[in-house]
Amino acid sequence: MVRADGRPVVVHAESFAASIHGSLGCIDCHVDLARVADFPHPERLAPVTCATCHDEPAAGLGRSAHGPTGGAGGPLQCASCHGPPHQIAPSSAFESPTSKLQVARTCGQCHGGVVAAGGRPGPAVAGLFADSIHAIALTRTTVAPTCTDCHRSHDILRKTDPASPAHARNIPATCGTCHADQRRLYGGSVHAAALGAGHPLAPQCVSCHTAHRMAPTAGSQWQLAAVEQCGTCHREALATYRDSFHGQVTALGFTPVAKCVDCHASHEIFPVADARSTVAPANRLATCQTCHPSATQNFLAFQPHANKNDRERLPALYYAARFMNTLLAGVFAFFGAHTLLWFVRERAESTGEGDPRG
Amino acid sequence: MAEPRYLRRFGAVERAQHLALFVSFLGLAATGLPLFFSDAVWARPMAQIVGGFAVTGILHRTFATLLIGVFVFHVARIFSRLLRGEGGMLWGPRSLVPQPRDIRDLWAHLRWFVWRGPKPAFGRYTYWEKFDYWAVFWGMVIIGGSGLMLWFPEFFALFLPGWVFNVALLVHGEEALLAVGFIVTIHFFNSHMRPHKFPMDLTMFTGVVREDEYARERPLDYAVLQSSGLEAHLAPPPDPGLVRRARLVGGVAIAVGVSLFVLIVVASLTR
Repeated sequence: MVRADGRPVVVHAESFAASIHGSLGCIDCHVDLARVADFPHPERLAPVTCATCHDEPAAGLGRSAHGPTGGAGGPLQCASCHGPPHQIAPSSAFESPTSKLQVARTCGQCHGGVVAAGGRPGPAVAGLFADSIHAIALTRTTVAPTCTDCHRSHDILRKTDPASPAHARNIPATCGTCHADQRRLYGGSVHAAALGAGHPLAPQCVSCHTAHRMAPTAGSQWQLAAVEQCGTCHREALATYRDSFHGQVTALGFTPVAKCVDCHASHEIFPVADARSTVAPANRLATCQTCHPSATQNFLAFQPHANKNDRERLPALYYAARFMNTLLAGVFAFFGAHTLLWFVRERAESTGEGDPRG
Repeated sequence: MAEPRYLRRFGAVERAQHLALFVSFLGLAATGLPLFFSDAVWARPMAQIVGGFAVTGILHRTFATLLIGVFVFHVARIFSRLLRGEGGMLWGPRSLVPQPRDIRDLWAHLRWFVWRGPKPAFGRYTYWEKFDYWAVFWGMVIIGGSGLMLWFPEFFALFLPGWVFNVALLVHGEEALLAVGFIVTIHFFNSHMRPHKFPMDLTMFTGVVREDEYARERPLDYAVLQSSGLEAHLAPPPDPGLVRRARLVGGVAIAVGVSLFVLIVVASLTR
């Protein structure tokens, strides 16, 4: 049996019976079918309302970024993610497009940067996620998160929405669902305080770890990028760090020297005036000793962020820099001129030319 | 025309010191410059080429040990020669110590540059050669000393305040930049690339110099040698094999030095 346009009307009884809705009758969903007396019934039936049973997910979808008022991405239907209506499998089933192992692929249909004709692209993040430490972990344990663990599934909100778990203010709680200790440590930090006070640039988890790409923190690429990330706000500190041996080595792409977090700590960062800070005067030597085990009190007069133009703070460095500049300029100016004059004169002598002035 | 005669100017020990000096110097420069210009476009690839972090550090310290060894040997040898009663090393026409005559030579040479006087008659060591020599001495103390501080900070911090290490890093880099820049421009020109010497003066490699060239360039010392018996200073002509090796080694050294200088210029212009 076929429709007017030739498509088959067959509902595969076997696959429907195997679906999560297999125990339901046709009229449980196609409620208008219950009122039809003459068969075959009219070709067009009323759209099925999943909300009749699934009121909460449906309500969530309705107010989400994927809902009718969601804008560019919407609206999605239940079947957009859950698959063909007569074959819907529970999310606990591996073959379901909403199972934990399939979600990233399902979301990637729109958020993968490649969109079928007529489709509308969402932010292309699925590819980034695919290379992330979370995606790799997901191949080993389903404890690892996928899209829906951070963004929720039905009531997905834009990250600019203060109610979204991906909103900057909510990210520490979202990540902290799994990374509880990091959340605890970060929670007391100067950065968390700034975030709480509404500072627009205050760093939270994804500022350094990124949201989707999420690289392993043991990797040098991520560690070096984190240094640059600190420098987006702490510009002067990054510039002076780059003048130090530590900063020069990391600039060359090598990590076995002090980076920001090695001295300042990573999640539990406090201002230097705070006694809990790893760079507070009382804690500084112990911090140096993590890399320089036999560091002495004299290390404390070393300035890891030395600015050679700061006469007040480091007069010796200031005057040493001025002296070296003068020495270099003097030597090269004198011998540059000496060499140039010599060259001209000796070439004249070699070629037997006389005094140009006659 | 008679076969040219040759005079011995540098002994095997001096030549060996010069060889070890420039090999270690260029090695130190090649492994140190990426760090000094770590923000330059070529720094990362070059640091990888010279062996990555661990190997670069080991190479830099190996060359440093070689250079410090040469320096210590050199100073020890001077003392030993002095103790054996060798005269004329600390003062006089055959000494490397700067003397009032060098100021007069410099002035006369500058006047000759601008056609205001005759070329001065030089002795065994000219004022620019003395400058080269003492610049290395000064550089050894400054770069070597600060380098050791940076190599063994925990030891030096037993008795030095921490800010000394800030100064040490700055001075180590700036002085090294001065040394590399000076050697590959001024020294290369003065001793090798100026019109009378181009492309290379091989005396520091072969140890001998043609008698007529010496008499023309260093008439004062030639007179000293003549009065004390020139025959004692005559040497056989340089072995052609040695000359070939000297050209090769010297040419490579000049090429490396000039390449490093190009990198410095690129880094300075793109900063």
